[in-house]
Amino acid sequence: MHPAPSVILFTTLSGLGFGLLFWLGLGFPPVKGWAAFGYFTLAYLLSVGGLLASVFHLGRPERALRAFTQWRSSWLSREGVCSVAALLTMAIYGAGLVFLGQNWTILGVIGAGLSLATVFTTGMIYAQLKTVPRWNTWVTPVLFLAFSISGGSLLAGQGTVTLILLLVTAGILLFWWQIGDGAMGASGSNLGTATGLGSIGRVTQFEAPHTGRNYLLNEFAFEVGRKQAAKLRVIALVAGFAVPTVCLLLPVSVFGLGIAAVAHFIGVAASRWLFFAEAEHVTAIYYGKAGAV
Amino acid sequence: MTTLPKSTEKQLGLVIDLDTCVGCHACVVSCKGWNTENYGAPLADLDAYGADPVGTFLNRVHSYEVEPETGPAQLIHFPKSCLHCEDAPCVTVCPTGASYKRVEDGIVLVNEDQCIGCGLCAWACPYGARELDGAEKVMKKCTLCVDRIYNENLPEEDRVPACVRTCPAGARHFGDLSDPSSDVSQLVRERDGMDLMPEQGTKPANKYLPPRPKDKISVESGQGEIPQLTPVAEEAKGFVGWLDRMLDKI
Repeated sequence: MHPAPSVILFTTLSGLGFGLLFWLGLGFPPVKGWAAFGYFTLAYLLSVGGLLASVFHLGRPERALRAFTQWRSSWLSREGVCSVAALLTMAIYGAGLVFLGQNWTILGVIGAGLSLATVFTTGMIYAQLKTVPRWNTWVTPVLFLAFSISGGSLLAGQGTVTLILLLVTAGILLFWWQIGDGAMGASGSNLGTATGLGSIGRVTQFEAPHTGRNYLLNEFAFEVGRKQAAKLRVIALVAGFAVPTVCLLLPVSVFGLGIAAVAHFIGVAASRWLFFAEAEHVTAIYYGKAGAV
Repeated sequence: MTTLPKSTEKQLGLVIDLDTCVGCHACVVSCKGWNTENYGAPLADLDAYGADPVGTFLNRVHSYEVEPETGPAQLIHFPKSCLHCEDAPCVTVCPTGASYKRVEDGIVLVNEDQCIGCGLCAWACPYGARELDGAEKVMKKCTLCVDRIYNENLPEEDRVPACVRTCPAGARHFGDLSDPSSDVSQLVRERDGMDLMPEQGTKPANKYLPPRPKDKISVESGQGEIPQLTPVAEEAKGFVGWLDRMLDKI
């Protein structure tokens, strides 16, 4: 799949942002006044910034409001509804903390739940696609949630809890890579089933339908840089998890936390780039690519 | 509401004969022509005369080679467009309700005025039947020529999809696949019509007729079961005969 920068930016930023909102909603860290203002500003910059990046991914961004209508059937629509609900709820909760010094606990818990629901719906947009076997697993939304909760905890400065969550998330990521690498083969789709000609013999592409590229090839047959996948996986693990862990184990300093957060962001972005670049779409089979033979 | 209808009154669709298709791409051209001039946004070509032309098409013809265990390989031309699936995954993923399946005839359509161009329906389709138009930035797909098949301004023989009307080999058939007595349904039964990627669970309406078994020719001897033709004229006559006799005398 084509790793569109807008979507990588969106899922990475908003995942961290909603993760931080989740922790703030639960009252970690217990901040009020100006401190709360700082945390909420960071959370909103990340989550809203991510959502804005996703709007640039649309062909017709001026019609984006229509995407709130089909929440009964579409995960993308549910994501839109959940994100706005989470942002509005947390805005009221945050205003209470910042301006009135009031902690409306129930509102915070509801906001935290909606923040996680937003991340879950993001994961489900990908997990629902049977056409992309690597994504089509229950582990995908779990992975998105783990990234969000652990990244949010890092930003919320949750110390030991962050260390445990980072370890768990790295484990889920490794597991997701493990099952993902065999997913296309396990899907049972190949040129034989794609053309129905497999019962006659071995099917190979003789001639493509067009000499140039097209929308389908641009979207689904992304192969550039896949050979760097192993290196990028190491970068994702080292930057996303190992570096923040070391930073957190060292004596606490704002500088160390900053490095941990930036490294984690780079690692998550690298893993999100791989999330798209490594994913194969069954349509590519028709072009003699992916699990074609 | 982008939920799928529980049932449709009819299920119009195409039956494509892989035994007959000659791979001329006439259906591709007629489809592009009709759908650029009629229903919805035109199908754009970008950089059409430049180094890297790219365009929107609703129908494309692949060509595949099939190698059986024994015997020579076969070349099979393979037209592909929207299969108007019963369980169309492209419809349910749509966040705006632009993508829908019609109750009256089972055609899957896009309401282009509601499309935000997110591309998720194209991601959900296993067949590559949907393409985001490069100029209009809305999703384009086969409409089964919905503006032809019911169009009473056209002569009756033209009220079929443009690809079916234009196919010079008669490899494309159009009809109601939910009616077991229709011509297309009978054709599917007689020729063991098949679904593409049945493992995706989309229940496509369009069916493909597999190529008929080929004559078996023994490759080793070059003769096999096919008898050699016996010469019909041993003795040359007329001018050629005269020339033959003259040349013999030299």
